[in-house]
Amino acid sequence: MRGALHQSVLAYRGMRYLWWALVLAFAAILAYAWHDPPNPPSGNSWLGYTLGTIGAVLILWLVAYGVRKRSYGSRLGKVQGWLSAHVYLGSALLLVVTLHTGFQFGWNVHTLAYALMCVVIASGFLGTWFYLRFPARMSELRAGASRDLLLGEIADLDQKALRLAREMPAEFQELAASNRDRTVLGGSARALLTGADRSRIVLPASGGAAGSGQKPVANHDQRAILDWLGDRLSRNTDGELGVRIQDLMTLVAARRTLLKRLREDLRLQAWLEVWLYCHVPVAFGLLAALVAHVFSVFVYW
Amino acid sequence: MTQRVEVAVIGAGPGGLSAAAHAAELGLGHVLLEGSPAHANTIQRYQKGKHVMAEPSVLPLRSPVPFAAGTRETILGHWQQALGRHRVNVRYGAEVTAISGRKPDFSITLSSGEVLTATHVILAIGVQGNPRRLGVPGEDLPCVQYTLDDPEEYRGEAIVVIGAGDAAIENALALARGNRVFIVNRGDEFTRVKEGNLNAILKAIDQDRLQCFYRASPAGIETGSDDGRPFTLVLNTDQGEARVPCDRVIARIGAIPPRRFVESCGIAFPGPDPAALPVLSEQYESSVPGLYVIGALGGYPLIKQAMNQGYEVVEYLLGRSIEPADHPLLAARFAALPFGLDVNATLRLMQQRIPLFREVNSLVFRELILGSEVRVPAPGEVVFRRNDYTNTFFTLVNGSVEVELPGADGTPGQRIRLGTGEFFGEMSLLSGRRRSATVYAGADCVLVESPRREINKLLNSVEAARQVIDQYFIVRAIQSTFAPDAPVEELRAIAAGAQLHRYRPDEVLFREGDPADSLHLVRSGSVAVSRQLGGREVVTSYVAAGNYVGEMGLIGRTRRSATVKATVATETVSLDAASFDRLLAGNPRLREQVQASVRGRLAANADMAAQPGAGDLISFFIRQGLGEATDVLLIDESLCVGCDNCEKACAETHDGTSRLDREAGPSFAFVHVPTSCRHCEDPHCMKDCPPDAIMRAPNGEVYIRDSCIGCGNCERNCPYGVIQMAAPPPEKPGLWSWMLFGAGPGPGEDPDAVHDPAAAKKAVKCDMCKDVAGGPACVRACPTGAAIRISPEQFAELAGSQPRTLR
Repeated sequence: MRGALHQSVLAYRGMRYLWWALVLAFAAILAYAWHDPPNPPSGNSWLGYTLGTIGAVLILWLVAYGVRKRSYGSRLGKVQGWLSAHVYLGSALLLVVTLHTGFQFGWNVHTLAYALMCVVIASGFLGTWFYLRFPARMSELRAGASRDLLLGEIADLDQKALRLAREMPAEFQELAASNRDRTVLGGSARALLTGADRSRIVLPASGGAAGSGQKPVANHDQRAILDWLGDRLSRNTDGELGVRIQDLMTLVAARRTLLKRLREDLRLQAWLEVWLYCHVPVAFGLLAALVAHVFSVFVYW
Repeated sequence: MTQRVEVAVIGAGPGGLSAAAHAAELGLGHVLLEGSPAHANTIQRYQKGKHVMAEPSVLPLRSPVPFAAGTRETILGHWQQALGRHRVNVRYGAEVTAISGRKPDFSITLSSGEVLTATHVILAIGVQGNPRRLGVPGEDLPCVQYTLDDPEEYRGEAIVVIGAGDAAIENALALARGNRVFIVNRGDEFTRVKEGNLNAILKAIDQDRLQCFYRASPAGIETGSDDGRPFTLVLNTDQGEARVPCDRVIARIGAIPPRRFVESCGIAFPGPDPAALPVLSEQYESSVPGLYVIGALGGYPLIKQAMNQGYEVVEYLLGRSIEPADHPLLAARFAALPFGLDVNATLRLMQQRIPLFREVNSLVFRELILGSEVRVPAPGEVVFRRNDYTNTFFTLVNGSVEVELPGADGTPGQRIRLGTGEFFGEMSLLSGRRRSATVYAGADCVLVESPRREINKLLNSVEAARQVIDQYFIVRAIQSTFAPDAPVEELRAIAAGAQLHRYRPDEVLFREGDPADSLHLVRSGSVAVSRQLGGREVVTSYVAAGNYVGEMGLIGRTRRSATVKATVATETVSLDAASFDRLLAGNPRLREQVQASVRGRLAANADMAAQPGAGDLISFFIRQGLGEATDVLLIDESLCVGCDNCEKACAETHDGTSRLDREAGPSFAFVHVPTSCRHCEDPHCMKDCPPDAIMRAPNGEVYIRDSCIGCGNCERNCPYGVIQMAAPPPEKPGLWSWMLFGAGPGPGEDPDAVHDPAAAKKAVKCDMCKDVAGGPACVRACPTGAAIRISPEQFAELAGSQPRTLR
């Protein structure tokens, strides 16, 4: 159990809002079980209207979280409390509205609103899971340093590699410079989310000739450069150069570890943010569908 | 033949300019001597366009030289014009090396060897001191400079920076962005510099961004060089002589404080303390008749004060009696007093009634009262409450107060009556901690409430006053900690055996295994308790000011069971075993209380031993300087999703500038210490604030008032980098316009905001949202509960609640 100083959103205030959500859910289930409508269960009964009203009010309140989160002068509780309630009551909403439908679905605006709601709630579940899982993992990856500090360490390693290469034949200098210039961190949304390493490198032509004419090749996980250095080392006969190649390999290996950590950190950060690009826009879609649903119900009454 | 003048003014800063202009206005034979090539040297060195403020705004200006808040250029321009308008006889580059004699025969020797004679001398040289010079052949060549105004002015030059202090490092790093830079260090490492500067310079050297000569000193500068640069700096190094072709040599080897020069003129100081001010009469006359001291050197750091004094001092030396410019201010302040006396008589009465101030120079006392509040509280009114964070100091000019000490179980305890002439509030003043008692006004009560800064200025100059306050502090500390019900007389006898100790950071109070012969009451700062466990030192607890350590050994008469070390600069009061026994004899309940505290500490030690990670976390906090914090923002990295809503909340509630940087700062075991104010118990930022704009609110918040003049001292003095100079950004569209129509940059600090260049930059820092209902916005806005604010007392609790670190 964590101490009282830092509490997760789910544990907030002894799970106060979990109890609220459970009470709401049980009340809805009991009412549904007890209710014996003349027609098959649907939104078109007094219970249906009641559950529907509760659901609509809840949806409006859940959307209002976005406003509260940015109302920095607000005295209406802490944002953490709002989020805790948002998670638990948003989960209860799924049950309340499902009972409201009376399990009557069709190809119409009513079911569209329901489906959009399900997408929003599902993305919310995913987001909650990310929020609970990823930060600790990211903290371990950064190991006490900040992202900028890790980037700085990589730049340091690059400097060291370049300086070391200056004491080696020209091909090594080109190799180190190319490795620095063509290493890619992040990039497209897909690359961020998959943590794919699209780094490339220009390898000097075999035989030690200058590699300016060579084409860049994939350098996933610094594999290409390490292989090239390994190959070069295996054919090396100059003792002093051999030691330097080994030193260079150590630097590149350290660089690989840092890059991997940073890439994974960025990947998790991307997932922490990307689910909101589903959650929020679909929530606005849901609002629109909800208005259409309520409007049509009252027009065709 | 030597030139003879009626008045010689030394130093063409604000005070000197004003004095010389007034002398010129009155037709007195005068000269204004300035060592540098222009007037107002300190202000000349401000960055371009810097806004200079005119605090204190209530004080009227009395000077023939105009002065109002404005940019550096405007002010310097106006002063230049005033010099011409009044036909001031100013001599630039006239550095004074000696002043001898007394009224009416002063001899003033210049560095050129020229000697002037004068009837009166006004010393207005400020406190900056002259930069230490190289003292090698060629030091007068035009390539040598002692200051650096704008590093951006130089591009593509070869520049040698001489010195290994913060100023040298900062200059070298700034210049290295566009120039080839060398730094010359006499030693073989950089010591006594800020950690940030140390890391930056070592990194820059490592990355070849600049080159460092260690164990090297300049031997001379020559014109011409081997590679076409105009000059060559010759260095003595371990490997022999090194020749560095260069365009420029910047020497940052410190300044010579003016104290020695001032003393060489015969001016007396009250004590050896470097902060002590020279002894001056009410008319700014020093111990040398006819030699006057005005401005910052006399203890008046603000421009307007110095200018007023410049005017007044010329009037005084002519034998005229005028009321100082602050006279109406004091008259208004004294209006509510029941004495029916004029300003000077009231001041004399106060000084005579309060023994603590009796020995104080009347000018210093006047300044103290000017900086203080005079309060006439109704009988029964609360002056301050126990646990308030205020740190002002009170003296009773009339009537009485009742001090209500807390009883043994926290209920109101004994009440002590203090009468006219006594003082209170020294506990918080000295320790920076919360008030230890509640004070109620008695009948006919008249109080002087002095800010911490004013009192510290006084204590630095008047050793006797400091001793009195220290003794009272010891008695009252013993009383409030151990014996709330004991009579003061009895305690005084015990306090005679008490001693005051000062420790540097990391200095050891006592070691594990030492004989236990005394107990330490931590008066300011804090200490860490550690033990040898499994061959390594493990911190078992952290003790903040206001608590005591070392009682364990004292009760059992054994050896020390742990090592105690100061985490920051710390002061303690130690009680030896005999005194402590006497205390115990008189107070049967005290023995139980101390035994309970021993039991608690043993239990805590056992807990800590079982959770070695917890001790590591506390050590981490101490390394981060949290030992001097009173309230610190911590982020649990296992909960933080990096949404920066804390920063946005801060910016939105504080004029558009966030006072915290979430991502920056170190982390340990999931606990991240962001760059944000810790509200130190003895705030570094408060140390040198000319308008005294940095205050501490009753709840502990250290905040900056609007009277900030934007000088940047606090930004430089803060070791944690949490103060920034900022002007409010332009208005943004509201939240709804952004949400519905995407107008504006959205909530939070706008990184692309275009600031009004004329807007004055002021210091901004966390004020713990003291003006925001509901408490700190950063914590309230955190959606995941990662951000919390805690006090050092909660560190152990937090450490114990970090289960993942203990696996």
